[in-house]
Amino acid sequence: MIEEYLKYRPLLDDTGIMIGLEIHVQLNKLNTKIFCGCGLDYHNDPPNTHTCPVCLGLPGSLPVINRKAVEYSIKLGLALNCSIQEHTQFYRKNYYYPDLPKGFQITQYDFPLASNGYINIEGENGEVRIRINRAHMEEDPGRLVHEGGNIEHSKHTMIDYNRSGVALLEIVTEPDLRSPKEARRFLDKLRSIIEYLDVCNTSLEGATRVDANISLAGGSRSEIKNISSHKGAERALLFEVVRQKNLLRRGGKVVLETRHFNEEMGITVSLRTKEEEHDYRYFPEADLVPIKVADWAPGIAKTLPELPDAKRERFVSQYGISDDHAKSLTSEKRLAEFYEEVAAHVNPKMAAVWTADVLKGELNYRDIGITAFKSEDMVKLLKLVADDKITDSSGNQIIRTVLDEGGSPDSIVESEGLLKAGGDIIGTAVDEAINENPQAVTDYQNGKQEAVNFLIGQVMKKTRGRSDAKAVREMIIEKFKGIM
Amino acid sequence: MITISQTLKAIDESSYEEVVSQCIERIKNNKLNTFITIAEESALEIAKNINSSKNHLQPLAGVPVAIKDNISTKGIQTTCASNILTGYVPPYDAHVIERLKEAGAIIVGKANMDEFAMGTSTETSHYGPALNPWNTDHVSGGSSGGSAATVAAGEVSVALGSDTGGSVRCPASFCGVVGLKPTYGIISRYGLISYANSLEQIGPIATNVKDMTLLFNVITGYDSRDSTSVQIEKDYTESLVNDVNGLIIGVPDEYFGEGTEPAVEKAVWDGVHTLEGLGASWKKVKMPHTRYALAAYYIIAMSEASSNLARFDGMRYGLRLTKDHDWHTTYSEIRAKGFGEEVKRRVLLGTYALSAGYMDKYYLKALKVRTLVKQDFDLALKDTDVLIAPTMPAPAFKLGEKISDPLTLYLADVNTVPINLAGVPSISLPCGFDNGLPIGLQIIGRHFDEETVLRVAYTFEQNTDFHTITPEVR
Repeated sequence: MIEEYLKYRPLLDDTGIMIGLEIHVQLNKLNTKIFCGCGLDYHNDPPNTHTCPVCLGLPGSLPVINRKAVEYSIKLGLALNCSIQEHTQFYRKNYYYPDLPKGFQITQYDFPLASNGYINIEGENGEVRIRINRAHMEEDPGRLVHEGGNIEHSKHTMIDYNRSGVALLEIVTEPDLRSPKEARRFLDKLRSIIEYLDVCNTSLEGATRVDANISLAGGSRSEIKNISSHKGAERALLFEVVRQKNLLRRGGKVVLETRHFNEEMGITVSLRTKEEEHDYRYFPEADLVPIKVADWAPGIAKTLPELPDAKRERFVSQYGISDDHAKSLTSEKRLAEFYEEVAAHVNPKMAAVWTADVLKGELNYRDIGITAFKSEDMVKLLKLVADDKITDSSGNQIIRTVLDEGGSPDSIVESEGLLKAGGDIIGTAVDEAINENPQAVTDYQNGKQEAVNFLIGQVMKKTRGRSDAKAVREMIIEKFKGIM
Repeated sequence: MITISQTLKAIDESSYEEVVSQCIERIKNNKLNTFITIAEESALEIAKNINSSKNHLQPLAGVPVAIKDNISTKGIQTTCASNILTGYVPPYDAHVIERLKEAGAIIVGKANMDEFAMGTSTETSHYGPALNPWNTDHVSGGSSGGSAATVAAGEVSVALGSDTGGSVRCPASFCGVVGLKPTYGIISRYGLISYANSLEQIGPIATNVKDMTLLFNVITGYDSRDSTSVQIEKDYTESLVNDVNGLIIGVPDEYFGEGTEPAVEKAVWDGVHTLEGLGASWKKVKMPHTRYALAAYYIIAMSEASSNLARFDGMRYGLRLTKDHDWHTTYSEIRAKGFGEEVKRRVLLGTYALSAGYMDKYYLKALKVRTLVKQDFDLALKDTDVLIAPTMPAPAFKLGEKISDPLTLYLADVNTVPINLAGVPSISLPCGFDNGLPIGLQIIGRHFDEETVLRVAYTFEQNTDFHTITPEVR
């Protein structure tokens, strides 16, 4: 088995890291849960207020499939380049846990909705295709709540069933990832695809959850559960690399086990070994009839939006921007939309530089999203720069001010007095500077080029920085020519 | 025994309240243990107000009806005859209950049954067995024993049961009443507490075919809350035609196997000949996979049960012990105390049959047998209109006679379980007596062809008088 995987993608080095991911995506853009009519807008409501006999698993209740959930899942499956099953069927996964009101989870086993797909990511050695083994639908269990948010110090476990029955799509990759960084890139790329499809609001709590499988050369694999962020996934995997490496170096054995990621401490701890693993006794869920989904796929394929990779290629050819810029601009759906809104009104290359390099940097620095800056403000700002009304550094300053204090580019230009000084004002300032500094003129005549810089500084001081240094230099040299 | 029309006449002559309160008196005064919960207060309340609602215009207006205790009734305790559901009051009505209420019927209580419908005698009930009105030393059959016994004893005219492997037909046969196991999918299971969800259907029980059909008419029909529910709307009273001329009856030898009482064999053949005399013809049919059906049925039913009963952990409803521990311990204690022996046996065996390494050998093989059994029916019914066979190989056995020997007890279901594996409809109705105990004959039809089954049953009944004989309840 491992040989097959390695034939597909060799190890990077002697450490021999192999990583596979399982990602649970909540289809939280649906109106209702997967098997009942309860709504999904529970995030600000008290516990157990969005429930009914079905999602509480009351005796006698029966599940009915939410067709829209199947559609969303097919959409995501197609976007992951998967083939869609002819007939899809649900199964019961039997196990006991307090968050599981029926004592089994309705999920898929044989005949998963989607299988054999891939997505491309930027790997450690260039672009690489990460294969998706399958994507299957299932129901979310309830949520365990502990007093003070901590299981160690809470006297009771409380259960909130608002989340019970929310539709999930579980995406399982092949173990094609070769480093924690690649794992994170995969997750970022997946998130971007999910956002493009508009099937999940990834910013809601619990919207995407990751389990990661990792092994090193010479050891067994461990499965890390409870990873709630992409950064967390990378950290958990980095920790595992170090832990397993140390264990192997000391001659220890890495055993097949499930480990829990403690996000606060950044460590993983053993949860159970493989011998303690459940036998889930999967068998078909007779309360749900098989669905012939093959017929649905072609229609849904037509509704697929342009996905990140296609958009990136289009940006390069349509706007003539660099591939790096295009990649950066298409990493988020909203950012790509922002760029196109701006590029429609100003030079697209200029728009790319200012959006991908300047604005994105400022947003990252503040850890805020693109929605914090309006595309029409960017258009105004870039027009001012393009028309030579303000300097580049003033442009930067405006972006920072909008993000930190609010306001529009126009009002900031006005209140900060950022308009480039007009020609006559600069001319007067140049004349004044030359007249007031005869020594500098003499120095220049004696071949000291630095004298020009000194005079530029004087002009800047007089115009409070609103002059373009290059233009001032030219004017001074012109004046000197006249004098000499 | 009483009929719906007798009940309606009694209402005309007295009042809704009077009829309901007399019904409840009869239930309270008998010693048959037919009910687990009597819904006296709510039944009388509804009877009092029925005139002010529009329900008095409905077909079952004011008719008292007994509901098997595994069908969810809003506001009325629903226990499945299990200790683990002690005190569980459903917050919603099953689909069939909604339909009954719309039809004006009054639920007088929840009928006794085998625990979680697992049994053939109601002896596995946490509340003790329901007794046979014809002879209280004998069982009423199972698992819907309370429903059949209360109808046979003349307490109510109609009742609902459920049939997973014979649970309507067996007690109907043992108690001398009429019971239908409809085609899978024709009645919504929404609100029926699952034992084996791929096999079971809710079924009506009455003293005669017409009443049973009236009840069936009310509870059938599409329900969007059950994915296996089919879109068929028919008026089944149109099938109540006294005519079998030209129909072909298939008689499978396999249903008269070892263990069939001679009196039963004779009564059923007499029934076939009665129909022959009315213009039907009969021929023998082969159903070679019948011998594997019982084993396949028990494996599938137990496997599904092991999963269906997993939700009963005492956390949210039902039995709760005074002291809590960590969840593992609490679950185990509640399930140990809450479930009876037969339920535990089936949950354990079902868990085993689904386990890694055994699933292919048991569960998956049983599914293959199921397909073959279904084929038997398809073939046998290809050139026949209905099949006729004994419902049970023998009349009601004595209390305590088989309960300590589960295998012998399971063998009693040999003629009823293949019908559930195939999903076809089957009616059991009285066709004779042996030592004062009723004998039942079953009429089996094609999928969704309740009409022919009802027509044959109605014709048989119109031309015989077994259904008019009433037990003297002792």
